[in-house]
Amino acid sequence: MDFNDSPDEAAYRAEVRTWLDANAARRKDTAWTDEEDSSSMAASKAWQAKKAAAGYAQITWPKAWGGPGGTPIQQVIFNQEEANYDTPPNPFQIGLGMCVPTVMTFADDATKQRFVTPALKGEEIWCQLFSEPAGGSDVAAARTRAVKDGDEWVINGQKVWTTGAQFSDFGIVLVRTNVETPKHKGLTMFWLDMKSPGVEVKPIHQMSGGSGFNEVYFTDVRVKDSQRLGAVDDGWKVALVTLMNERLAVGGSTGAQYGDILKLAREVMGAAGPALKDDGFREKLAEWFVQTEGLKLTRFRTMTALSRGQTPGPESSIGKVIAAKQMQDLANEAVEMEDQYGILWDEGASPLKAAFQNSLMFAPGLRIAGGTDEILKNIIAERVLGLPGDIRVDKDVAFKDAPTGR
Amino acid sequence: MNFDYTDDQKFLKGEARKFLDARCTPAIVRGVLDHADRSYDEGLWKAVAEMGWLGAAIPEAHGGLGLGRIELCAIAEELGRVVAPIPFASTVYFVAEAVMLAGAEQQKSWVLPKIAAGELIGCFATAEGPGAVTPQSIRCEVKGGKLYGTKIPVTDGDCAHVAVVLANENGKPGLYFVNLGEGGVTRETLTTLDPTRGVAKLTFDGAGAWPLGPPGEGFTLMEQVFDRAAVYLAFEQVGGADRALEMAKSYALERYAFGRPIGGYQAIKHKLADMYVKNELARSNAYYGAWALATDAGELPLAASAARVAASDAFWFAAKENIQTHGGMGFTWEVDAHLYYRRSKQLGLVAGGAKVWKERLVSQLERRNAA
Repeated sequence: MDFNDSPDEAAYRAEVRTWLDANAARRKDTAWTDEEDSSSMAASKAWQAKKAAAGYAQITWPKAWGGPGGTPIQQVIFNQEEANYDTPPNPFQIGLGMCVPTVMTFADDATKQRFVTPALKGEEIWCQLFSEPAGGSDVAAARTRAVKDGDEWVINGQKVWTTGAQFSDFGIVLVRTNVETPKHKGLTMFWLDMKSPGVEVKPIHQMSGGSGFNEVYFTDVRVKDSQRLGAVDDGWKVALVTLMNERLAVGGSTGAQYGDILKLAREVMGAAGPALKDDGFREKLAEWFVQTEGLKLTRFRTMTALSRGQTPGPESSIGKVIAAKQMQDLANEAVEMEDQYGILWDEGASPLKAAFQNSLMFAPGLRIAGGTDEILKNIIAERVLGLPGDIRVDKDVAFKDAPTGR
Repeated sequence: MNFDYTDDQKFLKGEARKFLDARCTPAIVRGVLDHADRSYDEGLWKAVAEMGWLGAAIPEAHGGLGLGRIELCAIAEELGRVVAPIPFASTVYFVAEAVMLAGAEQQKSWVLPKIAAGELIGCFATAEGPGAVTPQSIRCEVKGGKLYGTKIPVTDGDCAHVAVVLANENGKPGLYFVNLGEGGVTRETLTTLDPTRGVAKLTFDGAGAWPLGPPGEGFTLMEQVFDRAAVYLAFEQVGGADRALEMAKSYALERYAFGRPIGGYQAIKHKLADMYVKNELARSNAYYGAWALATDAGELPLAASAARVAASDAFWFAAKENIQTHGGMGFTWEVDAHLYYRRSKQLGLVAGGAKVWKERLVSQLERRNAA
């Protein structure tokens, strides 16, 4: 057991470091905020183009699609190294990780030729239009309608929680094309131009104050039948391909960490001396350490499988369930530790540039985004442990007759 | 990155599982549970000795197989899965490790070959009453090479041939080797939460005591032995926790209530998912401990603490929620769920409880953070 690269991996890592040293600055400040910064878009696009030209964008993509045809472990190594450098935000993850692979799997050759390379080079950004006001965890309950009109489809309805819709050029959208069949059998997937007439993007004002997500309204939006991905009414199968990639995309610990609260607890006084001397706090600190390091070590196990050319086990599925809850608990402990002062949320006045207050206010979102705690536990129970699925009373009912809230 | 068992280690582990599935059945465990006069299963102990497991991490020069510590971790995981009723931990994780860590050559060459051959059972005696073991809790005393005082509870103290005892000499703690077969030792078998393991009160009244390691450094040595033992124990706990989850899962799939398997209800699904999450965290932390142990890394105290905290939490959670998943049947003597419940407490307390280890973890963190 060791943490060392194989000779090939070490050589690749050295090559990556050399390239990063020549093209980016080492990271200094690790302060954390949740906000995406749209003003840095030009820098993001330039960095993506550079990576693509050097063969460091989508490292596992085959040469035919502009990738270097590398291995998953090389992608992990690049991500590890890139994280040590000061690079612009990455608005391409959803497109390259989820949307474009879906296009690559289901579109005709001309469409693939048109879209894959510009996306890889960061010239065009994609978003994923799945969640709706009436269906978040239950994605297949989508109500946004598409009705056929000649060789076109007319889309009406609303999507929600669409990351990056405000700066996306294209999107993939899951719509209802049949209400006479059960819900999973009446969906169809299309790609569309986000500048199509009738598409309106409205930012969602989050409880954390930022606006990283959007509502997207469709009013008589027309798409061609040739923009269809997969067969009519077979969109669920297409969506599963997209969502399979989402599980791999969502990562480990985030927000303020045990090291941050340790630092705070050295300085802040409790009722009986420094907070760090409080036994109750020390027990919690030990538990957070075990969780955070445990998640990192679990990623090392996944990397080990990749490094050995094996398929990683299901252990990586534990990440967000732990990380999201810990983010909330740790932030709450810090704010409580600050006592009356904890109510302040001010980067100037709050300790560590208000990292704990930022975490506290973003954690509820992290417990929901990319699969709620509850859905993720269902996934572990069903896919990892093999327990039965939930009872679905709408499973064999025509969509139009399925029970709904309103 | 090589943060997993190697293929050879996986093979060894697979062979160990086959062997224990055949030789350490629930009937064997219950044979010890149901017979107060049995401290351990002698047949299984002999068989394990013949497999060479007692000397897996003991160098060949001292009569062991010299395989390595990660191989011993793999064996420990399998022993934990089947709640093996033998004095393996006391003899191998505590006494053999203590001798390898602090013993003089003469002690090593006397003790280690006997342990490897299955001829010597050891026990590690530190506690003297309720509460954590600290430099202030030691009442046992060595005077003129003779040991006086009482240790309680001592796991495997009822069957062991030798003990390593924490005692003061001239007001400073040391570790002492005591041959329990000679005079000046009284043993009293005690009843415990986990009767599948033997436990005794040892009273010393002038028993011969042979210093193990430098005098005055006994408490630090004990902590170092605990660090090593904690890693192996964590693997036993991970093995037990995984088995408890498997039991809960198979029962949840076969037990029907309200017209469907109970495993289809989210209250059960999420409970089992929580078990899985804790078990995987424990496994990752245990691997870290194994790595630190095998490479003699400076962060062993931190890694061992993390391994122990995660594994104690995972096994306790899996063991108690396995009973809950089984409903009323889980509370009966005939269902094996209680074997794991008992063992989770035995393993969780034997090298010091979670509070002690969380404190050890944080004090290591403080030190690292200050440096």
